[in-house]
Amino acid sequence: MNKLYPMLAVLLLAVSSPAQTKLNGAGATFPYPIYSKWFNEYHNQHSDIEINYQSIGSGGGIRQVTAGTVDFGASDGPMTDEQIGAVKGKILHVPTVLGAVVPAYNIPGFRGELKFTPEVIAGIYLGKIGSWNDSAIAKANPGVSLPNSPIIVVHRSDGSGTTYIFTDYLSKISPDWKSQVGRGVSVSWPKGLGAKGNEGVAGMIRQMDGAFGYVELIYALQNNITYGSVQNAAGNFVKASLASTTAAAASMKTMPADFRVSITNAPGSDAYPICSFTWMLVPTDWKDKNKEKVFVDFLNWMLDQGQTFTSQLNYAPLPDGVRQKEREAIKTMIR
Amino acid sequence: MGAAPERRTADAEPRQQISGPRPAKKMGTPESPRILLVNTTQKAPSWTRNVFTLDFGFHGLMLGAALTVLAVVGLILSELLQRSSLAWQKFGFHFFAGSAWDPVAGDFGALPFIFGTIVSSVLALVIAVPLALAVAVFVTEMCPRPLRKPISFATELLAAIPSVIYGLWAIFVLVPLLRVDVAPWLMKYLSWTGLFAGPMYGYSMLAAGTVMAIMIIPIISSITREVLAVVPQHQREAALALGATRWEMIRIGVLKNARAGIIGAIILGLGRALGETIAVTLVIGNTPQIAKSLLAPGYTMASVIANEFNEATDSLYVSALIEIGLALFIVTVIVNILAQLLVWTATRGAPARSNA
Repeated sequence: MNKLYPMLAVLLLAVSSPAQTKLNGAGATFPYPIYSKWFNEYHNQHSDIEINYQSIGSGGGIRQVTAGTVDFGASDGPMTDEQIGAVKGKILHVPTVLGAVVPAYNIPGFRGELKFTPEVIAGIYLGKIGSWNDSAIAKANPGVSLPNSPIIVVHRSDGSGTTYIFTDYLSKISPDWKSQVGRGVSVSWPKGLGAKGNEGVAGMIRQMDGAFGYVELIYALQNNITYGSVQNAAGNFVKASLASTTAAAASMKTMPADFRVSITNAPGSDAYPICSFTWMLVPTDWKDKNKEKVFVDFLNWMLDQGQTFTSQLNYAPLPDGVRQKEREAIKTMIR
Repeated sequence: MGAAPERRTADAEPRQQISGPRPAKKMGTPESPRILLVNTTQKAPSWTRNVFTLDFGFHGLMLGAALTVLAVVGLILSELLQRSSLAWQKFGFHFFAGSAWDPVAGDFGALPFIFGTIVSSVLALVIAVPLALAVAVFVTEMCPRPLRKPISFATELLAAIPSVIYGLWAIFVLVPLLRVDVAPWLMKYLSWTGLFAGPMYGYSMLAAGTVMAIMIIPIISSITREVLAVVPQHQREAALALGATRWEMIRIGVLKNARAGIIGAIILGLGRALGETIAVTLVIGNTPQIAKSLLAPGYTMASVIANEFNEATDSLYVSALIEIGLALFIVTVIVNILAQLLVWTATRGAPARSNA
């Protein structure tokens, strides 16, 4: 018994850490790898600051930041006006990185790269284009002979930011899609099989001959999935890459003050049309001023040094114009 | 613990110590045997002596444990009812009959999911029950003794495998097998039933039913084995003595006596099948539709909740998903009630085994 107390004291001292500022965030799963890397690097540079992030999904992130249980949230889709109204105080959408969605396919006997026009993609998902040797596909791909086999359509069964980006793009380029289906993290698909997660969709595409579906760019790059190029608003067929994604964000003529913008079907000549920002949801009135100062410092670090880590994890960095606007917004809005 | 209450009668005998210092060993004398003095006159605290309080306390504790279980079920039900009220106000009973599932337009209907859950579970039972009963009968009645342990061990092992492993195995092995080998055969020879039609992607109700059947076989077979083992030996002997063949003996002497237990085992298996989420959602194709063909993809209630709940931000959407949870709860309760009725009719209210 006498030996126990000193042992306990030593243990407590070893376990207790020096005065640390701890911040908590939660939200989107898509940017989790890059956020994880950033928080780790930031902690290495400022050892008394620890930022913790839980990837519970965009919906969860919005709910938690509205309830005030986390210091900041993260979402792949911007909050609606209704959701912003439900938050006590003001909330700032801070774009952090860019993501893109690519059309992947598995055509037996064809290993090349297909070109997709917006009409073809919308037609496939609406059920209007049913087989690979359809004339619309042939027109976009002269010289390529595709088999007369049915297109097996694959989509996401779980609610996801990837679906939001894809359906947002389809709503913009197809009035039929906009009226029949609309955009959302989960929609009522006219046809197709649902798979859970990027890995589910990729697995289905790999298994079934003639399958067509959409996956996240990072996932496609890391798993060597065959994907095609998409015709953008300027008429050029662009294959998704980090450069073409950043070009899409850079080519936006107007950026609203609250950064809640959709950059699908961007006007730039080498812009990839199916991409989007992912945002951190930052309240503008913090109770703990010290934490606020720390987080503002982190955001500025993220805009400068953080962006250099993005390409090694296959995330597209923010273009300079957007970064500059964000620095100004952070300065003025978060006091 | 409070002090022992005052005893009314004075203690006649002086209190003795239970143990005291050891008597010193005297040199040169044989050791005297040590006798432990136990004081039988010192009384234990009265609350343990009071048979009434002990029994009542025990009774109360057990009652409390049972009521806790009921309370948990009640809490779940009340929470489901409360949080689905928004969707209930908007759709009413039409929710259970509607077929649309459109989160963007805010139109929700649970019928495809109820259909998918019931059809996949019934299909799983149709495949699993004969197999599980056959395994149980074989192991208890006909198995050579050295094989008994390995076979029952292997069957129990199936129950220990996590559902997600079943799902992964189904994606990589079962689905291609069904798509390439089984479905063409079914479509060629059994399409007259109307149950096997249309394009087969592999991801279908049949795949979900098959993987669920494999998952519920160990549950049904292990309980059936227990029930068959306790059928008295003289029932079997009596059947054989009357000239029954081996199969007749099993049918009359064993299975008939174990009816209620077997039905109970099947219901437990069905319960697992109704609630199975991850293995089903990986192979069923996740398409909310009502199709006659078993080769078409479908959707179950547990799958849609697991898939869409995380990202549902709209309050009507969340409420609709919780109402699907309520529907699953109600379906499970109805199935269990039907099962009780089935047991009652099978045994006609009489005890399952006749006392010979």
